[in-house]
Amino acid sequence: MTAGFSPVGLHFDKIEKRYGGLLALKRVSLTIAPGECVVVAGRNGSGKTTLLRVAARLVRPSNGTLSFSSQSTDGNALEVRPEFIAHATMVYDELTAEENLALFARLLGVTQAQNRVDTLLKEVGLSDRRTSLVRTFSRGMRQRVAIARALLHEPAVLLLDEPATGLDPQGAAWLASALRRLRDSGRTILMSLHGESEISSLGTRAIRLDAGAIAADTRTGATFRSILTFADA
Amino acid sequence: MSLLSNTAALLGKEVRTEFRSRELLTTAVVFILIVIVLFSFTFDPTSDESRRFAPGLLWLAFLFAASLMLQPCFLREQNNDTLSALRLSVSDPFAIFLAKLAANTFFLLITELFLLPFFSIMYNVPVVPVLHWLLLVFFLASLGISIAGTALSAISAQARMRELLLPLLMLPLLTPILVASTEVTKSLFDRSPYVQWKGIGFLAVFDLVFLTALWLFGEYLLEE
Repeated sequence: MTAGFSPVGLHFDKIEKRYGGLLALKRVSLTIAPGECVVVAGRNGSGKTTLLRVAARLVRPSNGTLSFSSQSTDGNALEVRPEFIAHATMVYDELTAEENLALFARLLGVTQAQNRVDTLLKEVGLSDRRTSLVRTFSRGMRQRVAIARALLHEPAVLLLDEPATGLDPQGAAWLASALRRLRDSGRTILMSLHGESEISSLGTRAIRLDAGAIAADTRTGATFRSILTFADA
Repeated sequence: MSLLSNTAALLGKEVRTEFRSRELLTTAVVFILIVIVLFSFTFDPTSDESRRFAPGLLWLAFLFAASLMLQPCFLREQNNDTLSALRLSVSDPFAIFLAKLAANTFFLLITELFLLPFFSIMYNVPVVPVLHWLLLVFFLASLGISIAGTALSAISAQARMRELLLPLLMLPLLTPILVASTEVTKSLFDRSPYVQWKGIGFLAVFDLVFLTALWLFGEYLLEE
């Protein structure tokens, strides 16, 4: 998982998201530095998924602005295409692993797409199942295809919404090691998690959302753990 | 260029998945075949009677089959949240609509052309002499049904009563297409066939207007 990108930061400025009468995000202001790995914790319905989907530009905020700070080597602003990994796999069950990756590589305009697909299938350990339909895969294997899809165009920003949901311990361990490599390669990562785990230990910063607002934000050990476990710091 | 390239890639995906499952084509073919056979045996029409009422029956069957076909169009994308993956990947969201409406038009045309010989035999209406004109009507009407139906499928997929909402929105909206295509088909089934240009013009304008509206506002239909 090589670094072929420029580091990107995110800035949420007074973001609000309203669904009918429900205010899912309340004037959230947050700056994430390039290369940071931020864990977002919070109870069900606290706004974690909405925050991530706003960051992915899948949901348009009702108020406020989202901006990305990015610069190419010549100093010009770059187009940022964040990637999103959720507990839904976001790949087609009726296509094979290879067909899924080839489709999304073509949509994303990846150069030397076939090489990239081959490399990613090897990295996620699915080379020998490349021609199998995704619907025949286990949950862990599907999640591997999902991660391979998200890495096709080497995104600088990765957004993960409870990515370990439904994974067995081996699957979760594989995911943690894959995310560690991505974090160490300088990608900016924002992920929502429930509780402490091997994956949460990758975080360099933790944020707790409560009823759509940021209730805590820290980089230090004890408070970091308390945010993940919902304990009082 | 990327719009066309993305559309082509997505159209390939739509066709490949449908030919693997044959879910939509089988449903539509079986439905239309039942309608054609049932009415033929019930009314046992003469050739003249068929020329009068069969065009309406044919298009009504096509329209209901289309509503069955269009229902899963965006619902399928919700199973694994693949719509989000598409939105993250395409540079122009219109490519998603273009691919889906092209695929739906293609599937509808295949169904219609497959069943035309059965219709011709059971209702004793010769179609070969006017086949090229029928193809034009089938294409324009199927395109119109697909454009409006794909847009409405995107809207209804996000609603709570989605199974009810699509036919409820689609059938009144497509009534003008039903009327125009029935009138043109009736003129082509006449003992002295003629082309009703007014109807063909109406179908072409309907397609153009709805395609433009979809191009302008389609992005908003995909938002959550």
